[in-house]
Amino acid sequence: MMTNYGNRMTQGQFSFLPDMTDEQITMQIKYALDNKWAVNIEYTDDPHPRNTYWEMYGMPMFDMTDPAGILMEINECRKTFANCYIRVMASDATRGTESVKMSYIVNRPSNEPGYNLVREERTGRTQGYTILPYACDKPEGERS
Amino acid sequence: MAEEQEIKGKERYKSGVISYKKMGYWQPDYTPIVTDVIAMFRLTPAAGVDPEEVAAGVAGESSTATWTVVWTDRLTASELYRAKCYKCDLVPNTGPGTETEAQYFIYIAYDMDLFEGGSIANVTASIIGNVFGMKALKALRLEDMHFPVAYMKTFEGPATGIIVERERMDKFGRPLLGATTKPKLGLSGRNYGRVVYEALKGGLDFVKDDENINSQPFMHWRDRFLYCMEAVNKASAATGEIKGHYLNITAATMDEMIERAEFAKDLGSIIVMIDLVIGYTAIQSMAKWCRANDMILHLHRAGNSTYSRQKNHGMNFRVICKWMRMAGVDHIHAGTVVGKLEGDPAMIHGFYDVLRETHNDVNLENGIFLEQDWASLNKVMPVASGGIHAGQMHQLLHHLGEDVVLQFGGGTIGHPQGIQAGAIANRVALEVMIQARNEGQDYLAKGPEILQNAAKTCAPLKAALDTWKDITFNYESTDTADFVPTATGSN
Repeated sequence: MMTNYGNRMTQGQFSFLPDMTDEQITMQIKYALDNKWAVNIEYTDDPHPRNTYWEMYGMPMFDMTDPAGILMEINECRKTFANCYIRVMASDATRGTESVKMSYIVNRPSNEPGYNLVREERTGRTQGYTILPYACDKPEGERS
Repeated sequence: MAEEQEIKGKERYKSGVISYKKMGYWQPDYTPIVTDVIAMFRLTPAAGVDPEEVAAGVAGESSTATWTVVWTDRLTASELYRAKCYKCDLVPNTGPGTETEAQYFIYIAYDMDLFEGGSIANVTASIIGNVFGMKALKALRLEDMHFPVAYMKTFEGPATGIIVERERMDKFGRPLLGATTKPKLGLSGRNYGRVVYEALKGGLDFVKDDENINSQPFMHWRDRFLYCMEAVNKASAATGEIKGHYLNITAATMDEMIERAEFAKDLGSIIVMIDLVIGYTAIQSMAKWCRANDMILHLHRAGNSTYSRQKNHGMNFRVICKWMRMAGVDHIHAGTVVGKLEGDPAMIHGFYDVLRETHNDVNLENGIFLEQDWASLNKVMPVASGGIHAGQMHQLLHHLGEDVVLQFGGGTIGHPQGIQAGAIANRVALEVMIQARNEGQDYLAKGPEILQNAAKTCAPLKAALDTWKDITFNYESTDTADFVPTATGSN
């Protein structure tokens, strides 16, 4: 078990708050749509902080204007990948931004074992650090 | 004053002394062109001196002039290289009938070929080089500058910028959270790293060295770097998030700064820090190094208030913001509105706009006197630091927006239940306020209520709110707007 606040991985915008209800998620989706941002859903079983490319659950929903439709997709993803991390992201195509504007977790595995910090002793008291998620101990395909 | 018009031709170059106006530095009919750099000053002339003549003097001494006529002017395109003061307006609420002696806003246009491309040092040597000591003026303050797109493009700008910093850190849609290690001086390396670890594990994204922590007898820089990186990596493993500590590499020489920066890079730090006092050339050198080494560059504005605070003399901080964006820093301390340091809200909004917008329109209310196109230079992340705490989260979000680092030093480390609890309180307060804002709630009005609700399930936040509930810093600012919007009746 992790020993930090909430005993869980805290990536994303709202990991320090209680898990969001569907109604709360809908309001966040609406905020993204009101800003004309494209919403997409991603999932992974590898919570490494530098694991940038989670698997895409379909394409960004560029033309979906109904928050309920997006929530339906989120719930489909939750059903299919119940024991994965799932995040909802929003992308802004405006010049000068052209990047992610929102990212929050809407599903977590039932067990979050945390990370192993591996130290490599080097010369002059320096150390090389490697962070390994315990969740990735097994090969891809044999996890969960 | 017909005799004070510009003299042209042979008469202009007769040996001797003529007024700056006659020399051609006062051109009231001039309209700036797209290749002009424009500087705007607040001028207080010496007693009894014609303001337009002093204004022309400022234009002259910051460009081509000396005190007497020189024939060698005739060997150059001197009319082009002469800076032209084209506007000299009395500042509102100054002069006869007011409590303040007469001040003037003067606008001076410089052909951009007067300046070396990509060099802040060269710009400043002209614009703030000699003119502030002229006897003909009592006080002078550089208020704003405009740079042509062509000249702006000679600068690389921020090495990382807001967008890429967020992508590298995997943190979106909320302000970043930081804290400065306290006490700022005296901790050993081992104890110092303890503060860093606790704050990062608790939920902050960054911890920071203070401006004056370099390599003192109680803690040498290598020790500080080693212990801080142990803390950063351990906290990263404890939370699953990317974390950082601004390692201050300010030192006596460029060689020493580069040595410290290289060591920070070898240890895997994502960010290094410098102080404004190292100077413009050193800042630009470090920005180039950071660009070449994928490092975020944090700038502490140590020293700026010695020349930016008084309203009649020195220079406005918004100009420092412009120069630093051009010089290429990624972070700069730019005020909190609600904290302990100088800052009128409207003025600070102006600083933030200069740092974060792709284009600045004239906005007199916020002190933006000149339009600026940022020519796709990256955006600088403003840092709000000094006397702020979790109980002000709604105000901070309202005034400063989402692209900002909120630094709660005392507000984290001074928490009654410890540093981790302090960090948790700040992070919970931040996330709940972002959630409320996104939900369309009136979070500014309902802020205290939103925080109290969140505190019901978060004891550290409750303790923070109880401890600092009445702490505010309500002092009058010295740097205030000259133009205040007049309320108009709505029908």
